[in-house]
Amino acid sequence: MNAPDRSAMPPAAYARTWETNFNFAYLDERSKRMIRRAILKAVAIPGYQVPFGSREMPLPYGWGTGGIQVTASIIGPDDVLKVIDQGADDTVNAVNIRRFFQRTTGVRTTESTAAATVIQTRHRIPEVPLSAHQILVYQVPVPEPLQRLEPREVETRRMHGLSEYGLMHVKFYEDIARYGHIATTYDHPVMVDGRYLMSPSPIPAFDNPKMHMNPALQLFGAGREKRIYAVPPHTAVESLAFDDYPFAPQRWDAVCAICAAADSFLDEVITDDRGGRMHVCSDTDYCRTRQAAAP
Amino acid sequence: MIAPDDPPILRVTALAKHYGARAAAIDVSFELWPGEVLAVVGESGSGKTTLLDCVSARQRPDAGRVEFLTRHEGMVDIFALSEAQRRLLARTDWGFVHQNATEGLRMNMSAGANVGERLMALGERNYGRIRQEANDWLARVEMDVARIDETPVTFSGGMRQRLQIARNLVTRPRLVFMDEPTSGLDVSVQARLLDLLRSLTRQLSQAAIIVTHDLAVARLMAHRMIVMKDGRVIEHGLTDQVLDDPQHPYTQLLVSSVLTP
Repeated sequence: MNAPDRSAMPPAAYARTWETNFNFAYLDERSKRMIRRAILKAVAIPGYQVPFGSREMPLPYGWGTGGIQVTASIIGPDDVLKVIDQGADDTVNAVNIRRFFQRTTGVRTTESTAAATVIQTRHRIPEVPLSAHQILVYQVPVPEPLQRLEPREVETRRMHGLSEYGLMHVKFYEDIARYGHIATTYDHPVMVDGRYLMSPSPIPAFDNPKMHMNPALQLFGAGREKRIYAVPPHTAVESLAFDDYPFAPQRWDAVCAICAAADSFLDEVITDDRGGRMHVCSDTDYCRTRQAAAP
Repeated sequence: MIAPDDPPILRVTALAKHYGARAAAIDVSFELWPGEVLAVVGESGSGKTTLLDCVSARQRPDAGRVEFLTRHEGMVDIFALSEAQRRLLARTDWGFVHQNATEGLRMNMSAGANVGERLMALGERNYGRIRQEANDWLARVEMDVARIDETPVTFSGGMRQRLQIARNLVTRPRLVFMDEPTSGLDVSVQARLLDLLRSLTRQLSQAAIIVTHDLAVARLMAHRMIVMKDGRVIEHGLTDQVLDDPQHPYTQLLVSSVLTP
């Protein structure tokens, strides 16, 4: 499903390069309206998981079906879309979802975080701080933070309803007793607006603080589990921990081998089979921008 | 000791529960005072466990009232409370010791986490304090403190039961429900567990309702007992009085059926 290369086309042809046999953004208007209603409810109750009628998408479950349904419902012709997967714009998942929207909406796409109005993401929050005109859409595999501790959904819903979240700390207690520290490195549960316990999707714990009081709207879509939830702009998001074992995301001794950033999330890349390795920024746009700005 | 004009901690009035057309409890009424231990005895199928479940709000009775003396609001009908209040009550002022420890414990979590769970549910967020409490309670129920990080899967039946008791008593509940706490254990373990339970309920002046089919347990633990048959209370009185001078023919049968080695 390669989208045509627009740069070589005259503007008149450009206007018709997307699929006109589909409705705008693939989903029919009624489905989009249903999803928007779920989003509005999610925004009204920060952190609460709103059930919705998840649609079949031309993508397997686990590849971001929830995320693309949310994006399809909120995207307009004037939006500028960026899609990242593990921080990178050029991985299979990101490339395919970006092409999907190019083809079904004809919106402009970008790799620049600052230039985007809608950013769909898997497993990362961009390093560049977001602003009020942006929406961040997360792809969520498991929306229920208590699922591994309490398998009955009737029970987890009741726990959310009554705000009974002691069980999460029981898990942390076990971690400390066994490993000496809280052992979640990604998908570290957060408390939204002091009320609902929420899974931040599998972003690294490093990114959790970026959710707190973020001026951008953050939407979460779980396609297989049929749930949508949201963190509205400027909402308190607290990472759970103990008083005497505070939340401590991972740190690196190294800086990025390419752009020398010391403040970004680093991937460790193995470069040969003799133990050679380097640390590089996981956010490719951030790394590229820093390289361009360097003298 | 109990002053005669103290209010009861629990008052059950005309409680009834049916499963379809079958009655599991009919017109059960009793009162329980702070620090008092009440045994409910009867053969299996007599409605003992149903009664316990209704009184501890694990099941809703078809008729009747269950009132509990709360710390701040006096006597309240537990079924008139909101679910949130009822669950809070069940986690703080009540304890429930199951016959089968696997129902009452988180089998895949360490002993320390099992004891600490209620504290964390009540908002305790300091690991050091939770660990300290867990240590204290394991020692109080005479468990090996060194096994605090092991899961109950590796524990013997008697240890599991001790752990279950520690997990319940950590919030110092004023009323503990026990469903056959010692059955399924061998007699020497049973004796030590009963001894422990007796001293703990006495030290903490806890009220308790013990469901048992074992008259020896009732004799050892309870101040008063009620005898149930086919969902009805057929005899009610001080333990020694009921066991030494049973009035109802069924109680007489029950008492005479006890094997004495």
